[in-house]
Amino acid sequence: MDTPDSTAVAAGTSAFDIDRVRADFPILGRLVHGHPLVYLDNAASSQKPYAVLEAVDSYYKEIHANVHRGAHELSIRATEAYEEARAVVADHIGAASASEVVFVRGTTEAINLVAETWGAAHLAEGDEVLLTKMEHHSNLVPWQMVAGRAGATVRYVDVAPDGTLVMEDYDRLLSNRTRLVAVTHVSNTLGVVNPVAEIVRKAHDAGALCLVDGAQAAPHMQIDVQALGCDFYAFSGHKMLAPTGIGALWGQRRLLDHMPPWQGGGEMISEVTLEGFHTAPVPHKFEAGTPNISGAIGFAEAVRYLQRIGFDAIHRWEAELTAYALDALAAVDGLEIFGPLHERVGVISFRYADIHAHDLATILDQRGVAIRAGHHCNQPLMEHLGVDATARASLYFYNTRSEIDALVGALGLAARLFGVA
Amino acid sequence: MTEHGSGDGLELSSLQDLYQQVILDHYRRPRNKGPLEGATHSITLNNPLCGDVIDLMLRLDGDRITDIHFEGKGCSISQASASMMGALLSGRTIHDAIGIMDTFTRMLHGDAEAAADTELGDLRALVGVSKFPVRVKCALLAWNCLEEMVGPEAPGR
Repeated sequence: MDTPDSTAVAAGTSAFDIDRVRADFPILGRLVHGHPLVYLDNAASSQKPYAVLEAVDSYYKEIHANVHRGAHELSIRATEAYEEARAVVADHIGAASASEVVFVRGTTEAINLVAETWGAAHLAEGDEVLLTKMEHHSNLVPWQMVAGRAGATVRYVDVAPDGTLVMEDYDRLLSNRTRLVAVTHVSNTLGVVNPVAEIVRKAHDAGALCLVDGAQAAPHMQIDVQALGCDFYAFSGHKMLAPTGIGALWGQRRLLDHMPPWQGGGEMISEVTLEGFHTAPVPHKFEAGTPNISGAIGFAEAVRYLQRIGFDAIHRWEAELTAYALDALAAVDGLEIFGPLHERVGVISFRYADIHAHDLATILDQRGVAIRAGHHCNQPLMEHLGVDATARASLYFYNTRSEIDALVGALGLAARLFGVA
Repeated sequence: MTEHGSGDGLELSSLQDLYQQVILDHYRRPRNKGPLEGATHSITLNNPLCGDVIDLMLRLDGDRITDIHFEGKGCSISQASASMMGALLSGRTIHDAIGIMDTFTRMLHGDAEAAADTELGDLRALVGVSKFPVRVKCALLAWNCLEEMVGPEAPGR
């Protein structure tokens, strides 16, 4: 069996060479507190390869100017690069056209955009928005805000003890009052992969739209919005190798066309008079002000990088590494893993004896091991699980088995310090 | 592949300072934890980033703290600090309590003179927190409750 530490693992048509991959990420070579960095906080944000850093750098060095404004060479080149970046991202997720992709700051802004435009225009008293108890605060608070104003009700699909959605509860809660179902593709705390295509189909059968929060899915799997069948798909660049401050909202063109604009300003208009304004066509209708041009260019380069490695190879590597990590952690006496053992990505929440997650994070950090501790912007789910905080190790394709071993070794240090047998 | 060393030099001694036995003892067997009959003051504060929560309850007789209890959940540092505070401040005046809080705060920010002050009692075990600046807020959570209730800026004072 190939191990994630062997070099040049043959993976179908693409070869996955972990040493070469790691060499693409300059930060992975640094030390933290005298130890090699073991970066296991990828669900919070991923690291960046040279390709992305250089794309951003050369944009600023060679073609930077504002977009969609000037007739001069730099503005034309910057506009071309920005719109090409949109086309790359749109093509990557199977969008029918680049105009269906709105550049935003990230998943949070994408969801707020839909809540504040589609939601404000369409939700009324008595309507229901159906979420799940595993939603990140960013796919929860925007709906509470808009529903509160509209007099609509937010309902939540139950989560089973193993962290999977209770689909019978979904069937029960879905009704002709449901206007929108908003669900995460992959849980940011438990790594659960939800049956999104089925959720979308049932939402549509009930006459509701479906928004999918793809923040934790897009970094790990090939997204095809046509296959999912959803109406909106929101995701962030920075969790999939791109710079911070850039993300995308994909929406069905017919929906985007009829949604009111959100923020007003330059770029989003076609004509302004003292009496009023006409909006620009989508996607620019939703991109008021100077956009994150360099971020979009970095985002497209990140997508190209992921495509070169290939999601098949990424999936194989991560699946094997996740299985290795789950086994290694399960073998630690007194350690409890949350979430299912299958149908999941390498986002692993756990608790260890009576050592609080923050104490674990501090101790692991001294060994160079970066994990997250806390509620992961997932307070309702944590309450549902009956814990106030978990430790979370989240993997990406540049992680290795020896890094999992370093994690387990550092847990041993925590056990010694806390006198855990 | 890179070798991940398990040799712990400086960081181990820092961690041993941070997690002294007396801290773990307060964490696992907190003193003065639970509801307080006849509390005259109570307040709940949390640290929204980590989810640590302390509910601090006081019974004041004039300027004297006759009893002090807490409820809470969170890391060993936040809970041990609350437990130590209760043991130390019962029977003291508000003036004394605020003085101890100031000394404790200075110790957490690395002041060696403050760290040598025996007035701090068990709290001196938290001296190691000063090497972990992001954990200072954990050690201070219970004290922020105290300050909100009876500190110089507290309503009615």
